[in-house]
Parts: sequence; C-alpha cells; structure tokens
Amino acid sequence: MSQSPPTVGLVIVSHSSDVARGTAEMARQMVGDEVTIVHCGGNPEGGLGTDVSKILEAIDQAWSEAGVAILVDLGGAETNSEMALEMQPAERQDRIRILNAPVVEGAVMAAAEAAGGSPLSAVQATAEELMGQP
Amino acid sequence: MANDQLATLIDAANAAVQGATDTLTKLDQAIGDGDHGLNMARGFGAIVEDREKILAKPFGPALQAAGMTLVMKVGGASGPLYGSLLMAMGKAAPESEPDRAALTDMLGAGIEAVKKRGKSDRGAKTMLDVLIPVHEALSNGADIDKVRQVADDAAEATIPMVATKGRASYLGERSAGHLDPGAASSRLLIQTVCDVIEG
Repeated sequence: MSQSPPTVGLVIVSHSSDVARGTAEMARQMVGDEVTIVHCGGNPEGGLGTDVSKILEAIDQAWSEAGVAILVDLGGAETNSEMALEMQPAERQDRIRILNAPVVEGAVMAAAEAAGGSPLSAVQATAEELMGQP
Repeated sequence: MANDQLATLIDAANAAVQGATDTLTKLDQAIGDGDHGLNMARGFGAIVEDREKILAKPFGPALQAAGMTLVMKVGGASGPLYGSLLMAMGKAAPESEPDRAALTDMLGAGIEAVKKRGKSDRGAKTMLDVLIPVHEALSNGADIDKVRQVADDAAEATIPMVATKGRASYLGERSAGHLDPGAASSRLLIQTVCDVIEG
C-alpha cells in the first residue's frame, strides 16, 4: 500500500484572529484537507497583535516532513514569526520559510501549490510571485 | 551591576513602564498601531511575575530569561526587539560582576541583536536611535548624567526623522514631527538603569 508523500503545511499569522481564521478558511476552500493549514492571530490577551507562543504551537500543529510555510501580515507578525523560527530545533529550521507575500492571496496560492505535492521551495516561489507583479 | 541591583532594576523598570503606559500609547497612536504602551506594560508585568525564577539565575542568564519573557508575553514587535536586546546582553555578560566596560560591551552586543532582528539601523526612527548614541557615549567615557542627557537628546532627535522601519514607515513623510515610541521607551529604560546604578 503506497502512502501519498507529505505536503507542505501552512501557518497563517495575522494581527487579527478573525483575519487569520478567515484566510485559513479561504485557503481550505481551495484544497480541502489535503494541506494542513493552521492559523493564529491576536496578542496573548486576545487583542490585536501576534504571539510567539501561539506561533510556536501553530508550527507544531502544521509540521510536516515536507516543511512549513508561514504567511504573515504586518511587521510584528514577521518579527514574531522569525523569533519562533529561530526557537525551532536545528533540524527543522531549514524546512520552515516565512513567505514574502500578501497574507490572503499568498495563503491561497501557497495552499494550491502545496496540495499538488510541491516541495517547500516551489510553494514559496508560487506565493512570492505575487509580489513581483506590476 | 549584580543580582541585588537587578532585583531593584526589575521593579524600577516595571514601575517606569507602567507609569508611562498612556504616554507610550499616545505616541504610538500618532504614528503606529497604538499598542506600544500596553505591550510594554504587559511584558514588564510578566517579568515581575517571573521575578523569582529570573533572579535565581546568575546575572547573564537572568537577563536572558527576562528577555525570553518579553519575547513570549508582549504580543507585538517590541517583544522580540527588547527580548533580543536583553538576551544578547545576557549572553555577552561576564561570569563575574560586570563593570562599566563589560556593561558597555553587553549593550553593544544587544544593539547588534536588535539591528538583526529589526533589519534596521540608526536613522530609521526607532529604538536604535537612542540605544546607539547611548552606547557611543558610554564607550567615550560619559558619566551617568551625560548618559541621561544623551538618551534624552537622542529620543527628541527622532521627532524630525521620517520612519523607514516599523508601522510608522507606512506614513512616510507624515511620520516626521512625532517622537518615536520605541525611542521613548528606550530613553525611559536607559534612564531607569542610570537611576538604579546611581542608587
């Protein structure tokens, strides 16, 4: 019995928990449960912000041998995601990428690419192409 | 600077940050997302909660632990930025009680970590615009009053700057004319350290 290869997992990080949840929902609409998509948003008290400990949990939940792609919205989401990435075990670090792409569009594109079984580098390239468009 | 002073510093820094919450919030509402006061208050409140655990460690690891608390509890970019500052300073701390030269080197290491974490440098209208001049003054032998003065002047000098990093950079030219909230919190913390050292 053959097992399908692991797909890249996605983590959505937004300052707003509603935006994170909605973005994950839009990406899931594309790919169903073929791709693990975990979202987190809000500061530790539930207000707007991002939270390193929630990002760490989300990476654990989304973890796949194929790696994890993280979509972030604004500055603090990126800074906190970089911090979470650096706190990962060394063997995981080169299999986690923070994508330079708009969070909603990037998540949908990344999910669609990941669902086809593409490697992390291809998932990243597809989502980041959005930034190169005029 | 030894652990008994660190205990004093934790309480003094927390009191200063809690007291400045509204001021920092107002500054951040002008050119940012308005969460700097509450984020700093949450972070330093969490350090006070972790006080015993932090102070059980030697000086360097204690600073690192306080930095990690900020990273985990703040919920904004200031968590990883101030967290990285303290973690790098703690890592650079000597095993023996740090003297002035060691504290200066520690601050230098902390500044490098903030630059890396924030992908920023002097002149972008950030906390670095206070920390870097303070480090230079310390390296050049400034006394404690001079350090206070440098921190104050450096914070005020962010007012005409146009932000190129952080949320304020979205405002472009409109960020000029406002004191940077990160520079304001750095001034506050530097002056608190001066107060504690002076005793």
